[in-house]
This record gives sequence, C-alpha cells and structure tokens, in this order.
Amino acid sequence: MVPLWFYLIVAAALFCIGTFGVLARRNGVAVLMSVELMLNAVNINLVAFWRYLTPEKINGMAFAAFIFVVAAAEAAVGLAIIISVYRNRRSVIPEEADTLRG
Amino acid sequence: MEITIVTVAFIVFALISLGGAIGVVTCHNLFRGTIWLMVSLFGAAGFFVLLSAPFLAAVQVLVYIGAIAILFTFAVMLTRSISNLKTRFTRLNINIAAAIALFVLLVVGVIGPVFILNPDLQQPVSSVTRTTIDLGEAFARGNSFALPFELASLLLTAAMIGAIVIARESDDEV
Amino acid sequence: MDCTGLCETLFRGGLDQGIAQFISLLAGVLLVSGVPLVTVIFLIWVERKIAARIQDRLGPNRVGPFGLLQTFADLIKLLIKEDITPTAADRLLYNAAPLVAFASVVLIWGVIPYTPYHFGADLEIGVLYMVAVASLGTLAIMTAGWASNNKYALLGAFRVVALLVSYEIPMVFALLVPVMLAGSMSLLEIVHAQGGMWFGIMAPISAVLFFISAQAETGRAPFDLIEAESELVAGFNIEYSGMKFGMFFAAEFLHVFTNAILLVVFFFGGWYGPLWQEPLIAFMWLGLKASVLYFISLWIRNTVPRLRIDQVMWFNWFRLVPLSIANVLVIATVVKIMQLLNLAPRNLIGASFGEVLPLTLVLLLANIAMGLIIVGQLRTAGQTARVAAENRASVRAAIGD
Repeated sequence: MVPLWFYLIVAAALFCIGTFGVLARRNGVAVLMSVELMLNAVNINLVAFWRYLTPEKINGMAFAAFIFVVAAAEAAVGLAIIISVYRNRRSVIPEEADTLRG
Repeated sequence: MEITIVTVAFIVFALISLGGAIGVVTCHNLFRGTIWLMVSLFGAAGFFVLLSAPFLAAVQVLVYIGAIAILFTFAVMLTRSISNLKTRFTRLNINIAAAIALFVLLVVGVIGPVFILNPDLQQPVSSVTRTTIDLGEAFARGNSFALPFELASLLLTAAMIGAIVIARESDDEV
Repeated sequence: MDCTGLCETLFRGGLDQGIAQFISLLAGVLLVSGVPLVTVIFLIWVERKIAARIQDRLGPNRVGPFGLLQTFADLIKLLIKEDITPTAADRLLYNAAPLVAFASVVLIWGVIPYTPYHFGADLEIGVLYMVAVASLGTLAIMTAGWASNNKYALLGAFRVVALLVSYEIPMVFALLVPVMLAGSMSLLEIVHAQGGMWFGIMAPISAVLFFISAQAETGRAPFDLIEAESELVAGFNIEYSGMKFGMFFAAEFLHVFTNAILLVVFFFGGWYGPLWQEPLIAFMWLGLKASVLYFISLWIRNTVPRLRIDQVMWFNWFRLVPLSIANVLVIATVVKIMQLLNLAPRNLIGASFGEVLPLTLVLLLANIAMGLIIVGQLRTAGQTARVAAENRASVRAAIGD
C-alpha cells in the first residue's frame, strides 16, 4: 500500500486548486464547480484517514456518504440561484451582483 | 518503497484528478470545464477503489458524475453569458500566490511534521475493513447513524423543493 | 490474488509475477468483453428480421442465407463512408462521445454471471456498479448533442437526458426488490438466491417496472422520442455519419439485449433450469430466457406508437415513481412480517423450493392486490377521460361546430 501522506498531498493539492478556482474565476458556475472540487478533496482525505487509521469502524465511510448528500443538495440549490439571478440580471458574474452594496 | 501495481494505479489516478482539476479552473469553454470536472471526479472514484471503499466509488460515479455534473452542464447551457470570452480570472497573480501559499502551508505545517516524519502513521493499521453490509446496518440502527440519515433525507427533500421553487419561471401562477 | 492457470504458466516460463498476472487478467477481460461484441453482430440481424416480419415484409434476405451476413455488409458500408466532422464542432468531444456510449454498455457485461463458475467479476456492489455505468451513457449522449454544434442535436440531447435521468429512479427502486430479497448487491448471489423460486414470481410488479424503465432507458418504443427518426431529424446523432453512427447504433441494440439479460439475472432465475449444473446448459438457459424477453421487447417496439415527451414525463413522475416506492414498501413489510413469523427463511441463498413457498404465495397475493388497485385506478381514470371527451364532443355539437 501507498504511504498515507501520498493521499494527503493529493487531497491538499486538489483543495488548493479548488480554492484558486473559487477566488479567481469570474463565472458563477465555474466557482460552483471549484467548490465541488474542494468537497471532493475533503472526501478523499476522509476516506484515506478512515482506511489507514480506523478501518474497523464505520464512521469514516458514513461521514463520506453524508458529504455526498450535502454536496448534492448544495450544488442543486446553488445552481438554481445562479439560474434565477441570470434570468433577472442576464449575468452570472459574482462581482456584478452588488445591488445591496453601499 | 517498491513500485507495485497499486503505486502505478495511484499515480495514474492522481494525474487524472489533478489534471481534471486544473482543467476545470483554467478552461475558456465552460462545457469543456464540466467534462474536466467529470474526469477529475472519476479520478477520485479510482482513489476510493484503492482505499477499499467500493460503495463510495460507485456512489461517486452515480451521484457526482451521473447527476451533479449533468446538472452543471444544464446550468452552463442555460446561462450562456454574452461576455464569456473576456477575462477568465480576477486578480490572477495574487490568487495563484494565495493558493500556492495555502498548499505549502498545509504540506509543511500539517502533513509534513505529523505524517511524513512519523513512521507509525505510514501504513494501514489493519487489513480488516467494514463492508457495505456494515454501512447499511449503521444507517439503520438507532444507536448508530439512523438520525443523521433521516436528517440527510430531509435536507435533500428541502433542497429539491427549494431548487424547483427558486428556478421556476416567475410568470405562471402558483 | 493467487496465480493459477495461465498466470502460473507464464510465471513458470520466466516472466515477472506482476506482469504474468496482468497478462492473464487482460486475457480474461478480452474473453469476457468478446461475448457482447459477438452478440451484437447477431443481434442486428435478429432485430431487422423480426421487425420486418411483424411489419409483414421479408427483411434482409439477399446477403448470405436468410440474410445472415447482412451485419457484415452494414459494417463494410459504414466503414467506407466518408468521415465528416462539422467545422465548428468540438472535435475531441465529438469523436469521444460514441466511444463512451458504447463502452458504458459493454462495461455492464463485466458483472453478469453466465454460469455459476464463469463471470467477469463478482463485485460486492454489482447492482450499484451497473446503475453507475449505465448513467455514463447519459453523459455520452449529452456530449454528442453539444459537440455537434447543431440546434436540433442539442434539443434532442436535452430531451434525451431529461428522459434518461428521470427513468433511472423507478429502475433503481425496482432493482431494490431483488437486492432486498437476496440480501446482497452482488449479481452472483442474486442469481444463487433464486434457486428456490424465481424473483419474478415473488415480485412480478417489480419485474414489470424494471422492464418498463429499462425500455425507456434505452430509448425503445414507446419511448423512442430520443431518435424519433420521423420527427426530430434523428435527434442527437444528426451530425454523425459512418462508423461513429455505427457505434451509437450498435450500442443501442446491445443495450436492449443487455436489459433483457439483466431482467433474467434479476427476476427470472439467471441460469437456473433443468440440468443447470452443467455450465454449458446453464449458459444455454440464460441465453434462451434472455432471447424470449428480447423478443418481447422487440414485439412491443414494433407495435406501439410513440409517446410525447410531456406524456412520458407525466407517466414517470405521477405513475411510475409512486408505484415503485409503494412496491418497495409493501414487499419490505411483507418479507419482514413473514420472517418474524418464522414462515420465511432468513437467507434465501440455498433455500429450497418448499422453504420459500409460503413467502412466495404471500408475496404473490400482495402483488395481485397491488395490481388490482392499479387496474381499478386505470379503469376509473379511463372512464373519467371518456366522459370528459364525450362532454366536449356534445358541447361542440350543441354549439353547431
């Protein structure tokens, strides 16, 4: 088996790429895709820890399954909001949604 | 450390996930971006198989790739903004620096001292793992994960109804 | 994994053990994936011949005896066609979509148990793997519709994805019933659990639900608005010509036969039949039962008219999904009550016919009761529709239309 820190480094790299996407992309849908990457990285981390440190318990796998559920719910609602904003404002750029500012 | 088939598979899946992720954050054409997202998620499914969690791998392909990524594809098609050929990024340099700084912080600060330098935390503790049947029983037993399971289904129902209500056209009578 | 057979021969011959295992696994993969690939060659001829006979014509009868070599003629025609790619199409995705569509069907055959001893892989999560791989086909069609850079292809792809994603739900619920009865998601154990009694006799409504949603998943009539050759100018595969179209074509035909064989594995006993202990006869029983169900699927395809997309969606969300949920609830309750009363075995694997008989009879009664309720509701719905139509006709006649 591969040492544990291999998985941790890959998950950290995925998380950082996702962070860069959230911070830097101008399109709202691309931001949501980067959030999905971050959730994915967390899942890989969780399952790697479960397998290497406590494989006799079920908690790690169950937690990862719950993260799937939460990610699906969040993606659905987030995309619905983006579509609604697009219908009203014709724009999906988060920086332009500043009506409440000031 | 010997190069076994597991190491080769790990490297292949790592390249697939990281390559797909970089494709997601740097794509011009958002539809290609969703394809890169599917590639990256497929790499993660490969990791789950290597980590003795085949149930999670199948659920990853079924839920993430078969449903969520297709949802993203529909969203991309429904929000074709006219100015999507303009700049892709805001403040590129500082954001790249922030992401790299975060990665270096995680590796040097957390992963390095705790996991790389400690020989006890390198290999799996035991080869006995829980199976899918145990996961199913955990979701059904009262003193295990039954309550979070019910709350998760409540969350999904609420999200479903909320997404339908938010995204429906506002000019038809309810 | 121990090294036996071909792997051992290669290892003794001097190869490294890892490489020997890899080569023997590769040979196994080629063998298992050869079965669907050879089947699809025969299936295309069967499909065209049966469609022709139902439509009162002869079908292919020129190329070879009874037109048996027609598939090879089609293949040669498709191969020598000019390979046109639209100029503004997304080249990589356009070329990859038919491959993914075909691969998603062939991958299902990796988990199907042909005999008690011959199967591709006995996955612990076989059913989930099968559903996950089938959902990759949805992605391929979406990619094909987008990458063609054609309004009609995109419109066709939208409708197809809506249809496929919606009909996955009753299919998965219908598959929950054999998983519940067998106590495992592994296809091999599901077939073993039918040694006493077929699941199709214990839960016929689930079999019908799976059949209907599988028909919809492959885009067969009455759900064939996916292609709708007479309407939408061939749907998402307008821009595809030559061998790429051939791959979509072959993938669809193979998918229908895959659904027939899955129906047999889940509900109709797999390879059980008289003299099933012989592997060859077990394989023959599987093929025979799958062929009967495939014929029924073709029969329906060539007989019923096409449904509109809104009718298809209404049927799924208002009829199939509630029915499938109610079906799972009823069967779970009945099985648990029977197990608590000690009338049904805890583990159906290895149970004999006599042990399973009380459970079968009670489940059959429950299914007949559900069927009567459904038929009663259909009857009242049909009556109200007829009365409404007559009222409209009489109103129109009274106005003097």
